[in-house]
Amino acid sequence: MKQFALTAALTAAFALGGGATAQAWQPTGPIEFVVTSGPGGGTDNFARVIQSIISKHKLVEQSIVVVNKGGGSGAEGYLQGKAGKGDAHKVIFGTNNAYLLPYVAKLAFSKSDLTPVAALALDEFLLWVNGSAPYNDAKSYIDAVKAKPGFKMAGSQSKDTDQTLTVMIQEATGAKWIYVPFQGGSAAATQLAGGHVDSNTNNPNENVGQWKAGQVKPLCVFSPVRLAKSEPVFGGKGWGDIPTCKESGIPIESFQMPRTVWLPADVPADAVKFYEGVLEKVSQTPEWQEFVTRTAQTARFMKGQELADFVAKDEAANKKVFEAEGWVVK
Amino acid sequence: MDNVASLMHGFSVAISFHHIALMIAGVLLGILVGVLPGLGAPNGVSLMLPLTFSMDPVSAIILLTSLYWGALFGGSTTSILFNIPGEPSSVATTFDGHPMAKQGKATEALSLAFLSAGFGALAGVILITVLSSWVAGFALRFSSPEFFAVYFITFASFIGLGGASPFKTIVAMCVGFSLASIGMDTVSGSVRLTFGFDVLLAGVSFLIAVIGLFGVGELLLTMEDGLSFRGIAAKVRLGDVLRTAAKLPRYWLALLRSAAIGIWMGITPGGPTAASFLSYAMAKRSSRNPEKFGKGEPEGVISPETADHAAGSAAMLPMLALGIPGSATAAVMMGGLMIWGLNPGPTLFTDRPDFVWGLIASMYLGNIVAVITVLATVPLFASILRIPFSIIGPLIIVVCFIGAYTVAGKPFDLWIALAFGIVGYAFKKLDYPIAPMILAMVIGDKAEDAFRQSMIFSQGSLSIFWSNALVSTLMGIGLMLLFMPLIGATIRRMRGQAVSRTA
Repeated sequence: MKQFALTAALTAAFALGGGATAQAWQPTGPIEFVVTSGPGGGTDNFARVIQSIISKHKLVEQSIVVVNKGGGSGAEGYLQGKAGKGDAHKVIFGTNNAYLLPYVAKLAFSKSDLTPVAALALDEFLLWVNGSAPYNDAKSYIDAVKAKPGFKMAGSQSKDTDQTLTVMIQEATGAKWIYVPFQGGSAAATQLAGGHVDSNTNNPNENVGQWKAGQVKPLCVFSPVRLAKSEPVFGGKGWGDIPTCKESGIPIESFQMPRTVWLPADVPADAVKFYEGVLEKVSQTPEWQEFVTRTAQTARFMKGQELADFVAKDEAANKKVFEAEGWVVK
Repeated sequence: MDNVASLMHGFSVAISFHHIALMIAGVLLGILVGVLPGLGAPNGVSLMLPLTFSMDPVSAIILLTSLYWGALFGGSTTSILFNIPGEPSSVATTFDGHPMAKQGKATEALSLAFLSAGFGALAGVILITVLSSWVAGFALRFSSPEFFAVYFITFASFIGLGGASPFKTIVAMCVGFSLASIGMDTVSGSVRLTFGFDVLLAGVSFLIAVIGLFGVGELLLTMEDGLSFRGIAAKVRLGDVLRTAAKLPRYWLALLRSAAIGIWMGITPGGPTAASFLSYAMAKRSSRNPEKFGKGEPEGVISPETADHAAGSAAMLPMLALGIPGSATAAVMMGGLMIWGLNPGPTLFTDRPDFVWGLIASMYLGNIVAVITVLATVPLFASILRIPFSIIGPLIIVVCFIGAYTVAGKPFDLWIALAFGIVGYAFKKLDYPIAPMILAMVIGDKAEDAFRQSMIFSQGSLSIFWSNALVSTLMGIGLMLLFMPLIGATIRRMRGQAVSRTA
């Protein structure tokens, strides 16, 4: 009888204990979404769409405040992560900048100041030319660039994704551009539409307005497979009709930018689990699917090991370019 | 005439009890946001953005644009009353608006500011209505060299402005340029002038500089003069507002010129701040009594205000038609458009005519609502000046520092604001002009980017600034403005000699 009592007590204790560990981390105050871009940028839309989905489906009890810390190509936002060490109420929204920026600019943060949570989508890169340009495929354009020096490629910022991709294309094909850095993708888009530059490597969302109007046209997409089928955008062609760059003769397997979410370093593992869960639910909502389709990104939810592997691979590929170009700061 | 028909359809979308109520709410909120320095229109709009997620796009954009108009109006109020610009674009309004308030003409100054602002805004909207398709095509012709030329015109118009010596103006401008270059550089991608301080990565915000230079600096000066605010005796009557309104048509030339400058800068996009400065400079230059400027000349209030609002509303056009935001606030709204499921760009006009024309119609209504609302607040604001300085002074300081903190939520910015306060005081004492420094901080980095991009385009040849008719014309105007005072002085000297010889 005594035995039984003891067992019962132990079982109860275990049940309680077990209950305590299953009692996952919950936010206890308002959550801050730190956006590593200015208002209106791609990362800003990413964070605010997630905020609107969370509040619509009531996925989090606490209120969410979005703050823009876009200074220094987003470094300002990542530094917030460093300053908020251990603070699981600060969620940082970014791109692959989180681990690539410290290579090319002398900044007081490194990858180890951030805890990876999840990536929700891959933003695609396309090769675009002016709508009235005489090229209808990537090959004829690359041949033209090779034949005559002085072609101009527009992109956003310096030593960032657009310039990295331009360098990769140059290495893969032997063509050569004058790279002109602009403030952001929208400026690069209008410069191409106005015929001031010959091409850009904008994300779909940055050029879709101009494509719809026939002012620019896509030649190929730097993705391993073609984009998802869509409504026709211009001239009967939709996103799914654009050939991959590999099949058009530019030997680059893929170049994609992950839309990533981070926490500061040293946060409880349960907190990471909590946000993983919330974001996974976000990624399954129809609103998220609609956002991804509208901006022609590739929906791909990654967390844990899968995310770590992706980051390692992406980091290595970019680092190679940075080193070859001499962009790495000591 | 298609546009007129579309506009009428737009009015049918925009005029509803719900929308008018949203406009009034937006304008009132905007005035509040505009009156507080630091909490400018871009902040206000991004704070409101989450509230709009559940609205339909037309109501959402009406709320946000009304908030924007309200903030633009509110920004001028504090410029005139306390010499503290609530918005960077109302810096130029302080030059003559505050002296007017000091002379006891606060009501007149506020009414002039609001009425001319309303005129500018309407001029901008009319342009959008009539010329939307043509302007959208024209703006596409702008590339880096043209942008640089536009900024160059603005700078050049300031150097020979008089008041301070051109040498001091250039010094002030250079200080502004160096401050503007702090932070991450777009063209090279490297970090400049931060001296290892992370807080400087995002650069020094000109909003903080404005708060320090004008707000804190002005208070230091006032304290030195003895603790008093002149203009306490100002009488406040609603009749004064109407009497001022009747006087407005007399300034038709200034109104038209400033509206044209504002529209031009809004489209190109130089932005409302540059527009108001340029407009002030042109008013002073073309005036028959330039010596009256800076001492309470009504034209010095009308010109920057008209241009500011004309640019503010015209800046919506490149946003809608091209997807390029013409101002910081427009950039935030563009983010909103995307969240509501709209793609700003050349096809928005054809894809979602109900949205675009509803918005344009709401710009007419919103501005009329805003002018009426703010005019009603004039007596209220003007009577603030009757409060003794020993009460209002400390309050202003508190508001300034709250404002400085709100800009980016960084405690370090409080120190920067204080430092700028001392700089502002020193500048005033040594008779260095503050405006060129602010101007250089606001558009200096854009001008630098445009120049360096042009150099990349041309592979280092300056001839790119004369490479087509558009950019050559712009550069020509800029050079003319730069050297006009010199030429003018030479002519006057020669004439003076001629006169003395005959005498």
